Amino acid sequence: MVRAIRRSKALPLGGGDEQVRIAPRSEAMPGGHGDLFMGGGEGLRQRETPAFTPPQPLPIKGRGLEAIWSVLEGVPDPEIPVVSVVDLGIVREVRPDRVIITPTYTGCPATLVIEQDIRAALNAAGYRDVAIDTTLSPPWTTDWISESGKAKLHAYGIAPPSLAPTATCPQCGSTDTEEVSRFGSTPCKAQWRCRDCLEPFDRFKCH
Amino acid sequence: MGGTEPDTVRAEPVEAPSLSSSDAGKKEGPSTGSGRTDSEILFETLLRLGDDSLILGQRLGEWCGHAPSVEVDLSLANMGLDLIGQATHFLNAAGDCEGQGRDGDKLAFHRDVLDFRNCWLVEQPNGDFAQTMARQFLFSTWQEMLFGHLQGSADETIAAVAAKAVKEVRYHAELSAEWVIRLGDGTDESRARMEAGLDWLWRFVPELFEMDSIATEAASRGIGADATLFRDDYDARIRAVLAEATLEAPKDQRPILGGRRGHHGEHLGHILAAMQYLPRAYPDATW
Repeated sequence: MVRAIRRSKALPLGGGDEQVRIAPRSEAMPGGHGDLFMGGGEGLRQRETPAFTPPQPLPIKGRGLEAIWSVLEGVPDPEIPVVSVVDLGIVREVRPDRVIITPTYTGCPATLVIEQDIRAALNAAGYRDVAIDTTLSPPWTTDWISESGKAKLHAYGIAPPSLAPTATCPQCGSTDTEEVSRFGSTPCKAQWRCRDCLEPFDRFKCH
Repeated sequence: MGGTEPDTVRAEPVEAPSLSSSDAGKKEGPSTGSGRTDSEILFETLLRLGDDSLILGQRLGEWCGHAPSVEVDLSLANMGLDLIGQATHFLNAAGDCEGQGRDGDKLAFHRDVLDFRNCWLVEQPNGDFAQTMARQFLFSTWQEMLFGHLQGSADETIAAVAAKAVKEVRYHAELSAEWVIRLGDGTDESRARMEAGLDWLWRFVPELFEMDSIATEAASRGIGADATLFRDDYDARIRAVLAEATLEAPKDQRPILGGRRGHHGEHLGHILAAMQYLPRAYPDATW
């Protein structure tokens, strides 16, 4: 087991720091969690995530938050490398001195790797003094996966999370599909099968 | 599918300590409830939560590579992962609360049987697949309700972990309920196995709702949950699933209590032997 929680005292509880950049959210968060993130106002605008590119050292002079976000957008998820940790909603907040991340599943074995990958990417880009804090609250939800992240998942062969009773087959587009197992290759996915093209596929669980 | 048949286990349950001897094994503080500090109550509460998750997670890990199908293998391993994740959070918090320099790893790997605070249900052997699913059903149904209450805990770590994990545990409860129904309302063979599994595990359910002095104090201080509040809901849900599985609830049996005070069966020692061997034999080992 590894230490996974380090308390970050500083969830933005409204008002405050203009510099705080809020993580993009594809949909309104249910249950009022969103209020916790209502800092600033203009920070909430929808963020367009550029197409995924491999991590690259960035010659950064300024200390702008945009630059830190750019670095993070280049950090792929270790299990699903087609999406970045930003696409998945793992990065909750970026401040000048710290990045706040949240684990997807409580026991996700990729949690430590993700933190290490972010650390390495920040270091490589010259942000050795930017700390990484992990917070559990509010709990991660698949609602935080960006629209572009969902599109990338689909293109990669993983049906994105959806409340629809059937998944759309990422291979052939059929909706004549069935769940084979409630757990797939990782805790966050279920195993499905297409009745038309007969291919098995993973579906991101709604969470 | 290996595992101990209930009959060979049957010899082992110890006499249940009486509910009033709640301070047996308590090492710190005076024996009256009012003498315990907040942090002592919090530490014990976190250990109970963490040890339940840790031991059941370890048990599920024993199935890895042995389940009836690859899909089931993945399900069991993934549920185990969720539970180990809960344990990591709870035990790290327990170490912080204790303030003696112990972290979650230290608490998991360097305590002995008498210091564990898990309930008896989670340390029961996997048995066959039906017994494993019966255990998961009885535990996860309870844990989902418990975490539902703990989301409002005055302790922010407990509240945060409960709010996060309750979504995962709901999945465990649904998955295991489906298997109870499928096996119970299945063939003669699967039905008999599910009946035997439930019959063996039924005696460990009352402990889940036992409110000893620590649990009572934790609830009164807003840290823990009063399990008696959801006992009726639990019974109703269990009976609804059993009805759908065309099974009758087992007859009530003499409850086995005491895990919360460090009284465990012989099985826990064997679990710890496997789980703790590496960090104890190679204390400086790192990944």
